Amino acid sequence: MLTADPTQAERYRELRARVAGSGIAERAATLHQLGRDVRREDLAMIQRAGLGHIGSDFSVTDILVTLYGAVLSIDPTNPQAADRDRLILSKGHSAGALYAVLAQCGFFPRAELATFAAPLSALNGHPNRTKVPGVETNTGPLGHGFPVGVGVALAAKLRGSGSRTFVVLGDGELQEGSNWEAAMTASHYNLCDLTAVVDRNRLQQGARTEETKRLEPLADKWTSFGWDVRQVDGHDHAALLTAFEPSRTGRPVCVIANTTKGKGVSFMEDRVEWHHKVPSAEQAAAAFEELAR
Amino acid sequence: MTGTIVDRVTTHDCRQAFAAELTALARADERIVAVCNDSVGSSNLVQFREEFPDRLINVGIAEQDLVGVAAGLANGGFIPIVSAAAPFLTGRALEQIKADVAYSNTHVVLCGQSPGLAYGELGPTHHSIEDLSWMRAVADLPVIVPADPAETRSALRWAVGTDGPSYLRIGRYPVPAVNPDDITFEPGRSIQLADGDDVTVIAAGTLVSRALVAAARLRTEGIGLRVINMASIEPLDTRAVLRAAEQTRGVVTAEEATVTGGLGAAVATLLAQRRPVPMRILGVPHAFAPTGSTTFLLDHFGLTADGIAAAARELAGDGPR
Repeated sequence: MLTADPTQAERYRELRARVAGSGIAERAATLHQLGRDVRREDLAMIQRAGLGHIGSDFSVTDILVTLYGAVLSIDPTNPQAADRDRLILSKGHSAGALYAVLAQCGFFPRAELATFAAPLSALNGHPNRTKVPGVETNTGPLGHGFPVGVGVALAAKLRGSGSRTFVVLGDGELQEGSNWEAAMTASHYNLCDLTAVVDRNRLQQGARTEETKRLEPLADKWTSFGWDVRQVDGHDHAALLTAFEPSRTGRPVCVIANTTKGKGVSFMEDRVEWHHKVPSAEQAAAAFEELAR
Repeated sequence: MTGTIVDRVTTHDCRQAFAAELTALARADERIVAVCNDSVGSSNLVQFREEFPDRLINVGIAEQDLVGVAAGLANGGFIPIVSAAAPFLTGRALEQIKADVAYSNTHVVLCGQSPGLAYGELGPTHHSIEDLSWMRAVADLPVIVPADPAETRSALRWAVGTDGPSYLRIGRYPVPAVNPDDITFEPGRSIQLADGDDVTVIAAGTLVSRALVAAARLRTEGIGLRVINMASIEPLDTRAVLRAAEQTRGVVTAEEATVTGGLGAAVATLLAQRRPVPMRILGVPHAFAPTGSTTFLLDHFGLTADGIAAAARELAGDGPR
């Protein structure tokens, strides 16, 4: 099990204080910069490892950065605190983005990121809670994180805790039926402290979601399952912050975050082949340059 | 042996023992919640629901959700006891058991109700004979098959009191008490219920009482049949198995499950590599069962005292020790 990096955790606390104390424009700018840092870190990890899901990672990065940078009540030096907020990355193949964010928070030393996918590393291609602090459940097979998140939110409700639970789902992942079982359960138990965030980049591994198996009308589906639906630009930090506000209806909240796969690197954006393609040295150099601007 | 599921002795209901023990444990520990899939009645959870209405989570007919939600409840500080028909719990939610419970190392107690051939005429869709093979294949998951009510209670107490996942089979039809009342279940530890130096039968669950009947019959023929109750299929009591291979002529295994990967396979894997001895593996062959009652099917597959005795006689005559 990796352990916290107290120095980085302190930097993270300072970042949170800065974000909390600033106006919305400055707040969004800080989160935007954090997103750049995370993408660069992730790109380096994927290049070193020779594997990863870069398109999916860059799609979900701004969602993760907004949650960890401004919303979640967490203490990276006490990752098992009973009443912590919890984030479950149901689309576990975006582990690279999650690891880069967790390291920024100080859950473990950033130097550890260099071991991503290396033999015996704690940082597997999909996250493992028994090795990586900050990971709540082991995901990878799709359709798993959401039911677990429903259980976590139910536990918080039974404990009378105000802690919040966020589950980040891929859009293609919603083709797994277990998600809709979980959506019904959350609604039945009125889990208003649960937020499902759909990373709606409209691409899955092999093709567009709508060509593979149609998801639309997606918002109507969630609404009909009893959820309070909010649709936003998933790369607009200010909009995401509004969307992540607590439920006002007593219903669980579904944020459909409209995103772009490969966001931040022009030649990767909205291209199906970048789901898990590894950039060549030239492509990586070009990507680093775009992400430095 | 036909007509009755067990010999004409007093029998007891493991489901009632499970439900009573669960309710008693819940009175003492408010972290305990029951999680079911519309299985309140079939899991005998009515009493639990009356006492703890907020602590009975019913996710409806949705086994993947059932196990995922339980893993989440464990993450949130509860000790979830999942109770569902064994075929659906282990079949439909196999990947959740693997990823959310075992691999994630969560303290979830999975209770497979009405396992084996208990659903008789309802057919192979409702038989849970694959569960032991499936559960044994998952790493870090203790697999427990209690033989009677006392062992059911004790195994449940152990599972609730031990951080980490477990799978328990809760038998549906009444069985005789075979263990001492004060039995304490321990993983990796079997109980020798009858001494014998000629042949050993290692049985689990409903087959243990039948093995004892077989031992009594063989005794009259001058054959000493050692009977080992192996409730802990994973981890296996390897010392008891190796001792049996050393001290008797051969080993019969008996279980109400397919022979592809349960108790017999576990024993055979050990003995083939450490101390090969003649074996007979009794269970359901690699085939779907025909239509019939539980009693009929157990007879059909030779999962009876007669079937065990016949296998033991073969091994007893199988050459010198």
